[in-house]
Amino acid sequence: MGKNRAFDVTTLPGFTAIAILAFVLLYAPIVTLVVYSFNGGNSVNLWGGFSLKWYKIAWENEAVQGAAVRSLIIAVWASVIATSVATLAALGTTRRKRFRGQTFIYVMINQPLMVPEIVTAVALLIFFSSVKLATGYSGLGYLILAHSAFCVPFAYLPIRARLEGMDTSMEIAAADLYATPWQTFRHITLPLLMPGVLAGAMLAFVISLDDVIITEFVKSAGQDTLPTYMLGQLRRALTPEVNAISTALLVLTVLILTAFFIITKKRG
Amino acid sequence: MNQDIAVSASRIVKTYGAGTSAVRALDDVSIDIEKGEFFTLLGPSGCGKTTLLRCIAGFETPTSGTILLSGRDITFTPPNERPINTVFQSYALFPHLTVAQNVGFGLQMLGRPKSEVAEAAARVLALVRLDGFANRLPQQLSGGQQQRVALARALAPQPEVLLLDEPLSALDLKLRKEMQSELKRLQTETGITFIFVTHDQEEALTMSNRIGVMSAGKLLQVGTPRDIYDRPVNRFVADFIGETNFVRATLAGDQATLGSGDTIVVDAKGASGSVTLAVRPEQIRIAPRDRPGAIHATVAESTYFGTDMHYQLALSDGTFLIARLQANAANVYGNGDEVGVLIDGTALQLLAE
Amino acid sequence: MRGSVHRRSSGANGWLLSLPALLLLLVAASGPLVIVAIYSFLEPGDYSGVRWIFSGDAWFRILFERDIFDQTVSLADANLSIFWRSVKLSLATTLVTFALGLPTAWFIATRPARSRAIWLFLITIPFWTNLLIRTFAIMEVIRNQGLLNTALIKIGLITDPIQILYTDTAVLIGMAYVYLPLMVLPLFAAIDRFDFNLIEAGYDLYASRMQILRRVILPIIRPGIVAGCILVFVPSLGAYVTPRVLGGGKNMMIGNFIELQFGQGQNWPLGAALSMVLLIVVLGALLIYTRVASKEDPHG
Repeated sequence: MGKNRAFDVTTLPGFTAIAILAFVLLYAPIVTLVVYSFNGGNSVNLWGGFSLKWYKIAWENEAVQGAAVRSLIIAVWASVIATSVATLAALGTTRRKRFRGQTFIYVMINQPLMVPEIVTAVALLIFFSSVKLATGYSGLGYLILAHSAFCVPFAYLPIRARLEGMDTSMEIAAADLYATPWQTFRHITLPLLMPGVLAGAMLAFVISLDDVIITEFVKSAGQDTLPTYMLGQLRRALTPEVNAISTALLVLTVLILTAFFIITKKRG
Repeated sequence: MNQDIAVSASRIVKTYGAGTSAVRALDDVSIDIEKGEFFTLLGPSGCGKTTLLRCIAGFETPTSGTILLSGRDITFTPPNERPINTVFQSYALFPHLTVAQNVGFGLQMLGRPKSEVAEAAARVLALVRLDGFANRLPQQLSGGQQQRVALARALAPQPEVLLLDEPLSALDLKLRKEMQSELKRLQTETGITFIFVTHDQEEALTMSNRIGVMSAGKLLQVGTPRDIYDRPVNRFVADFIGETNFVRATLAGDQATLGSGDTIVVDAKGASGSVTLAVRPEQIRIAPRDRPGAIHATVAESTYFGTDMHYQLALSDGTFLIARLQANAANVYGNGDEVGVLIDGTALQLLAE
Repeated sequence: MRGSVHRRSSGANGWLLSLPALLLLLVAASGPLVIVAIYSFLEPGDYSGVRWIFSGDAWFRILFERDIFDQTVSLADANLSIFWRSVKLSLATTLVTFALGLPTAWFIATRPARSRAIWLFLITIPFWTNLLIRTFAIMEVIRNQGLLNTALIKIGLITDPIQILYTDTAVLIGMAYVYLPLMVLPLFAAIDRFDFNLIEAGYDLYASRMQILRRVILPIIRPGIVAGCILVFVPSLGAYVTPRVLGGGKNMMIGNFIELQFGQGQNWPLGAALSMVLLIVVLGALLIYTRVASKEDPHG
């Protein structure tokens, strides 16, 4: 029977089997985690029937509430700031003649992707601890600033990709039709760029929401976000509460990503 | 200053790059375009016609030279301050705006009241016969309709001059023919000066009041379609506009001796010595070879073109001539037939080398 | 400069527009790295922080230790074993992800256009999912009462659970799990551009499947392989969360060792010097990558 099948040049021996195995390995742990978040029992070990108990416990836990609100505040600020500066930078570094220092700007913007996060975390810990000492301020500002910075490359990439896909003919046509440079930006460039800006903001939001290491080093006492709260729970007995929080975060991430893909697919 | 001149470009030079690698896209081009005329810039790609158009639109600044619009120097005026609009080759319709918003864009930018913008958009859309499409998005239209929107958008602000950069090149043949007469009609109705850029000589001949032929950054000849076709100033123009046979000949008075030794009588206009004769294929007749004055030739190849036949004729020295004859029973010759060739000497052009 | 009468030069505009981003990154990303470099040459403070006295001691102590009684110098075995474990586990992670990632990327790239987007989406979801969540997920599978051990006991292969959690193996499994998408995505990008006619040409010239893989496919997708390996190796080397959660505090990697210097160990200069070493190694790897990439693909 195998001999009669058409010879397919795209098939390599064992590749499909390994690929399927890889997908199973990728998803089995996530699915387990999600399933156990609905565990009615008291431990993470034994299945005690379906229940939303742990979601209720997590929801009513003031520490979780505080961490969730903090996570969202930081993510919103960080994505707004990162997307704004990234949009400007993308406008400055695309669709124009190469200029002196452009490579330097690229390296600076992508720096958070290159430097190990633990190193940045240590650097910010040292820097911010002396700023805290000097100013006495110990609010969420440090976390927002740190998150904004490492979100910049994630916001920048889709905006830049969008801009590079837009030729300048629209702006030229607008100038031909009496639009001033500001009118051109306001009526043509910005609306056309909007899907890229939205995509960038979403990625920045997800990245900020997910951050553990930098937050862990930069946060002052009582400034836990959801991820650092969960990391802290490791020292105690693990309960399905962590699974419930994880599942909630997971759902949020998937929702944002789905929206991101719809936005980026629907271009032109 | 001549009141009838819309655009006057003088001594325009545009160079790209610097030093030894510099390229002269426009090499000392001077041209006057009259108010209300349909003027075509014709030439092969890379000849500088689009660069000249972009200089007039304001997207390029000439390296030297000046451009006047109705006598006003606009050489350094930004494009958004010139009462000149462009129909772009790619149309460049704003994909996020409706047809009506696209068409009204120019007037909106000029700060005209909303009602005036809407009214003008409706009027111009009617002019290009797109009345029912005001609320569509550009990508919901066919290529031909998008082309009309681009046209309407450029016409709506009632510019002094309309620039058209190969606007028909993306359309198929049938639609192109339709749009040619449509453009001509719009130009007559609006009275706006049209400057049209194309590499299609047939388009240029059928639509224009006057044509400027360009090559390698230089303006070679400006004239009416008839002038250009019948009296090309040099071999390039003759070759680019229509099909032409080039035959080397030696002049003695009005008698031209071809390489094959055959002679024809021409109007030498005082020229003498070695010249090139430009003979249009339709100026050649085939006759029995014993006809007086006929040049002896052999049919090397015949090609059927529907309404007419093309014959490749070999003279005795191996020179080839292309003849175009109506495809009817009287004009059927086969390969290898010995025939006589008649050339109307007064119709052909003498070209300086 | 007549052409720029109404326009600022392209470069000046580019800089001006990039300025806010540059300032943000200078304050909260790049600038502090300079402070780390400076701190690595200072003396540790009594409880934490530094004393502003120049000292090369932190750099010395990365590899060596001085006996507190007789001042003899010997290699710091504990540090060396941490470095060795970090490099070993990162290399192993790269190998495992490549072995799984190549077939996976190939599989996705050879799907019909419509389902390809879905498969790719399935790879990107874990990629964007919180690293900590994914580490928790794998922990649930490999712990003693977890899915894996329970299943193995059920089918009778083992009677007592295997201790995987809090071992190097657990860290390896965890890192391979969390970094697999980083291997698949660049490999997919390379295979997606691959011209499958070349395989037909290979078969036409009598090559076997293995020969085609080795002699045609792998050389052509080399830039993607290099990218994937760097993208996995670099974060593995600096990993912090995964070894902390799955290694259980004993099986430290460089990242955890660095943290230790800012926690109980209280030797900030040593932590700063270790951070610098990690940074230099990682940037070195990236530099090699850009060299290879630009050589392979002059247009990229």
